[in-house]
Amino acid sequence: MQAETRTTPRLNLTPELARQLFDQVCRHVPAGAGVEIMLNEGISELTRFANNAITQNVAEQQTSLSIRTVLDRRMARSSTNRLDAESIRAAVERALSLTRLQEPDPEALPLPGPQRYPAVQRSFASTAAVTPEERAAVVGDMVRVANQAKLTSAGTYSTSQSASALLNSAGLEAFYEDTSAEFSVTMLAGNSSGWAKGNHPDVHQIDPVGATRRAAEKARASADPMELLPGAYTVILEPAAALDLLGFLFWDFSALSVLDQRSCLTGRTGEKLFGDNITVHDDAYHPLQTGAPFDGEGIPRQRVALIDSGRAANLVYARTTAERWNQENAGANARATGHGFPLPNEYGEAPMNIVIAGGETSLEEMIATTGRGILVTRLWYIREVDPFPKILTGMTRDGTFLVEDGKIGRGLRNFRFNQSAIELLNNVVALSAPVRASGEESFDMVVPAMKVNNFNFTEVTRF
Amino acid sequence: MQDLALWALDTAVQRGASYAEVRVLDERHRSLSTKNGKVGHVSDADSLGIGIRVLVSGAWGFAATDVLTRPGIERAAAHAVAIARASATVKTADVVLVPEPAAQIRWSSPCEIDPFSVSIDQQIAELLAVDRELRAVQGVTLAEADMEFRRMHQLFINSEGARIEQIRTTAGAGYVATSFHEDEIQKRSYPNSFGGQHQLAGYELVRDLRLVEHARRVAEEAVALHSAAQCPQFTGTLILDSSQLGLQIHESIGHPIELDRVLGMEANFAGMSFLTLDKLNNLRYGSPLVNVVADARLEHGPGLGTFAFDDEGVAAQRTDIIRNGEFVGYISGRDTAAMIGQNRSNGCMRAESWNRVPMIRMTNISILPGERPLSPEELIAGTDSGVYMETNRSWSIDDKRYNFQFGCEVGWEIKNGRKVRMLKNPSYSGITTEFWNSLDAICSREYWTLWGTPNCGKGQPQQTMGTGHGASPARFRNIKIGTAYQKS
Repeated sequence: MQAETRTTPRLNLTPELARQLFDQVCRHVPAGAGVEIMLNEGISELTRFANNAITQNVAEQQTSLSIRTVLDRRMARSSTNRLDAESIRAAVERALSLTRLQEPDPEALPLPGPQRYPAVQRSFASTAAVTPEERAAVVGDMVRVANQAKLTSAGTYSTSQSASALLNSAGLEAFYEDTSAEFSVTMLAGNSSGWAKGNHPDVHQIDPVGATRRAAEKARASADPMELLPGAYTVILEPAAALDLLGFLFWDFSALSVLDQRSCLTGRTGEKLFGDNITVHDDAYHPLQTGAPFDGEGIPRQRVALIDSGRAANLVYARTTAERWNQENAGANARATGHGFPLPNEYGEAPMNIVIAGGETSLEEMIATTGRGILVTRLWYIREVDPFPKILTGMTRDGTFLVEDGKIGRGLRNFRFNQSAIELLNNVVALSAPVRASGEESFDMVVPAMKVNNFNFTEVTRF
Repeated sequence: MQDLALWALDTAVQRGASYAEVRVLDERHRSLSTKNGKVGHVSDADSLGIGIRVLVSGAWGFAATDVLTRPGIERAAAHAVAIARASATVKTADVVLVPEPAAQIRWSSPCEIDPFSVSIDQQIAELLAVDRELRAVQGVTLAEADMEFRRMHQLFINSEGARIEQIRTTAGAGYVATSFHEDEIQKRSYPNSFGGQHQLAGYELVRDLRLVEHARRVAEEAVALHSAAQCPQFTGTLILDSSQLGLQIHESIGHPIELDRVLGMEANFAGMSFLTLDKLNNLRYGSPLVNVVADARLEHGPGLGTFAFDDEGVAAQRTDIIRNGEFVGYISGRDTAAMIGQNRSNGCMRAESWNRVPMIRMTNISILPGERPLSPEELIAGTDSGVYMETNRSWSIDDKRYNFQFGCEVGWEIKNGRKVRMLKNPSYSGITTEFWNSLDAICSREYWTLWGTPNCGKGQPQQTMGTGHGASPARFRNIKIGTAYQKS
């Protein structure tokens, strides 16, 4: 709108700049030592609103350089956001100094060499170009929905752009750029509320105002919520509720967490732990997924079947974990799957691009075929109660409804649940087509709505 | 630092800001860990940047950058002004700030031993000594220990003439022994779970924690939990150790008293609060033994919520929150204080780093110790039956802070004034005001500890903040115990 909007910064990090900085780092690394750099630049802007007005509106730009030095199976990391020559030299010195203090680690591997990455396109100029005025205009439209419905709105509308590069002295070079546009909205009525959230790399693919209308309808429909006794109920979990709960399970598919005996899969890998209708992949290349095609060491991410028709089929492995797995499991042939965290770290790896296979039952059909159950929009404050049976606790929030005789009925006061995620995945009786969904407790996933029998609600709160 | 800050302030004011504040923060962070006899990670990071918050046409804008050239800073300041102008297009009222004297001060937190001057060698050796002790106990399958140190050197200036330079050093350390056996994973931590103890202190904190001394007992308890009885489900008497009570305060007092929650500003993410404005001076929050303060002053102790000035230039204060059980105070910032007609902020605006906007955060929210001498042993001796729970394992509370459930690492059954047996998987739940009204005894000053919670999340974009919580062991009656394992 105004020339002043061009105060919005732009990304500077390019593969060429990354190589220049890498060369600068290498000048301070002694012969015989290995070095890896990770460069990240991010620009993110977020407009926040509450009580039908913008209450906070922020922007940040930052770049970080993280240096890992490797000497005789020893390694350490130092990071800085100062990219002048002296600061880079000092950061390299710090990394080398920390490295020399380590004992050699017999499990440490040499730096990986050049890799090939499948192309992904997750950066959109349309998203990077959004101005504060344009964000405010969209928020103004969302607030207008609230005012027209005599409701109170609160939420966010944000855009971001980022670039990252990973280079090492064995010749590996990886570069990735992406953008993201995201909204989240809560609509508040006198004693009820509704919620919706969505995101996409391309700002043109999200519909904040349409989602605001859906959240408003939930707030209106759940007015004057009634209290239902806690107990075992059939629940219909909308995708955001399903992902926030199940996100706590997938950390356990880290091979290192199994080796460390802190995973619920310890001693149970390969077993049929879940229902026949449950199949889950980690798939960074799924068209609804986001994120870089390489891991914290620059290894290409692979598509991995974590759960295959109910069987805990595969784990994910960082390079070092795969080596250790093969040493500790005679006859095993584990290979790195491209899910490692930046080294050094004590957690190994994790799947972060979860895709849960869906079914053919729409959300509407799930409701229509339910004699008595509970529809859950969203879950909140989920925490692990017991790691091996994977009991999780948390609350429902912002739109919990009684379903009776195939129809959505009264709004309900919110429940506390204590539910095993493993048992849950044995009690799924219907799945919708999967969608890209976003919650607040776990990372985004491609996930269906789920109809689940015997979901264990233990208490009811006051609203 | 001063030049950078002045470039930003001048640009913001010239571009039309009616109020502007600038924080330049230079932060250093060291983190170390060991796991099963090896170094887990060693990292050292620094970060320098500037955050600029402005009011234009009665609305907020904020921009942060680490491009610290004059053009980079001036562009960020201009961007903050442009953002504020955009905010003003969707407003219902102008932001008003309650007055605050413009301070000119330089302050450093107490730090007896600079943790960055202690060699990494020594720090790793200490962690590995703990590791050896933990793994000396048969049945321990995972031993993890860590240390973390931060130094935050910040210059704050604003368009009202404030110039506040603060250097805060924090330290943290702790460990956990995990034991996997058959179909069960149990763990015990020292001195607290999820990272141990954290305070506004130097390496003296690590020294005083005497980490190695406690390791064998902690490991033995982790293994013993496998053969302990399951905590029963019943309604009865609960005694909490001071660290678990600290987290109980954090979740069921500290968050609901945040005025931005109360006013609906966190409704979309962190949630709101049952403490609506009509409840101020009009709610029996707890029993008459419940006295809670928000205290950021050094006199309260070296907490993660201790400072001289908050991140909008308001001096550290002590505010009564609950006095003899009555709810009497919120925690606020300059704009939210104005919204409810208070004439001064009580100084609780804090930002995670230079790249985040200040928001209402807990300082040190502490329950005051009992005035009558009472030790934990005497508290147990005076209890006919119940469960004593130690060290948090899980925590969850609804988005208005009524219904909570906590799990602890270990419980001890109390019969006739004695701890008679260990209980595994203990948990309890309740409604906030009912819970605090059931407190009937709290131990005295000698047993009071100012715990640090280093990982409190709030805000969009989310910010992680360290908060302090002083507590001594306390007893609660008629509490639902064992609910986490209740089956319908």
